[in-house]
Amino acid sequence: METAYIEVQKLSKTYSAKNGTVEALKEISLSIPQNEIFGIIGLSGAGKSTLVRCLNLLEKPDSGTVIINGEDLLTLSKEQLRIRRQKIGMIFQHFNLLEQQTVLENVCFPLEIRGIPVKQRKEKALQLLKQVGLEDKAKAYPSQLSGGQKQRVAIARVLANDPDILLCDEATSALDPETTKIILNLLKEIHDTMGITIVIITHEMKVIQEICTQMAVLHKGSLQECGSAEEILKNPKSKAAKRLLMIKETEEETDYVG
Amino acid sequence: MPNLGIDVLFKGTNFLRLLEGLWVAVRISLISVAISIALGLVMGMLMTSKNKILKMILRLYLEIVRIMPQMVLLFVVYFGTTRVFGWNLSAEYSAIIVFSFWGVAEMGDLVRGALISIPKIQYESAQALGMTQPMTYLYVILPQAVRRLIPLSINLITRMIKTTSLVMMIGIVEVLKVAQQIIEANRRTSPNAVFGVFAVVFLLYFLICWPISKLAGYLEKRWA
Repeated sequence: METAYIEVQKLSKTYSAKNGTVEALKEISLSIPQNEIFGIIGLSGAGKSTLVRCLNLLEKPDSGTVIINGEDLLTLSKEQLRIRRQKIGMIFQHFNLLEQQTVLENVCFPLEIRGIPVKQRKEKALQLLKQVGLEDKAKAYPSQLSGGQKQRVAIARVLANDPDILLCDEATSALDPETTKIILNLLKEIHDTMGITIVIITHEMKVIQEICTQMAVLHKGSLQECGSAEEILKNPKSKAAKRLLMIKETEEETDYVG
Repeated sequence: MPNLGIDVLFKGTNFLRLLEGLWVAVRISLISVAISIALGLVMGMLMTSKNKILKMILRLYLEIVRIMPQMVLLFVVYFGTTRVFGWNLSAEYSAIIVFSFWGVAEMGDLVRGALISIPKIQYESAQALGMTQPMTYLYVILPQAVRRLIPLSINLITRMIKTTSLVMMIGIVEVLKVAQQIIEANRRTSPNAVFGVFAVVFLLYFLICWPISKLAGYLEKRWA
């Protein structure tokens, strides 16, 4: 077994809602080895979004530790954390591009924040756009792009920081199956060529099946199962994993009908 | 066709005087609007703060502005504070103070509304890119908030321009006061001027406010 690159230990997080408290994460421990594509699956409300937000501390856990590459994120100062975050890329379900700026400007944006000179910025951004297959859209605005294209811009933008980790929060959930495939292939290609550890949050087994090498199953804030994706897909042990696989099968059936 | 009484405006320097009066009104409103927008942005950000005491103070300020008629505020500042504190405040400064006092509060509330309407994920994605708090506001949050603010703040700005007609009550000779003077002076020779002159005043206000509405429409489209 490789050494863990991302190590989460006994992570707990409770939200106070209007009617009592919600335990979003219950003592979750898992380790993600370097250079894997790690899928975290669960139904909505399973706590997967909270978990991924704890990996770059967008959410502060109530207890537990998050160690990335031997560094305990919770001990970092605000400024150190900010710098560290630049190497932990994140993409979202709704892309979150700057709508008032062109595609090129969007990709240049993280470089601008880091104070890279204009010329280098542009060069790198154009190269990244080429990598995601959108070099001809550099001058377009996000509103002129399709969902899949927007997500590709978001990926180019995230790569501008040369991250060593890429967190994908339901990155394909707003896309149709065709486009989902294209995005997943792109993520795989990025993983293969750049050696980035990818963590994918999803509620679709298909996504896991397509590209993940390892996976974890979350249900109501607790970890049900964790291990090789192939193993779990073939032989799910936990109830939650079995149920998620069943959902997938019914989905495929309806795909036939449709 | 009845005599509309517009001819009065072409006597002597009447029309020029009217325009000078208009400039006074525009000057007061422009300065107040500029102050309101600048401080309103700050006020709005402060209003979203989690500090309870700060929030309560700002809330109280907003309520005072909402409850007090602008005319009462003008009287309090121009006649009241000058007497009580013995300072020398010109009518125009008093007007600018009152209008800014009003504008900052209302603008602040609009900014607050726009800011809290920006989804949390926008803050999150900015942080995930490793941006500092000020950068997040400057590059991500404010541009989106400003777009939502445009229609609302245009409403406030035109309202402020129109309300400058009240400042004649503290002795400022602005466009409406000049109009009155012209009408009074010509009461015998052309009694119909009361219609023509006020109609022209109406037109002048329209000419000031309409381009602002147009500009707002344009900006909204461009930034959409």
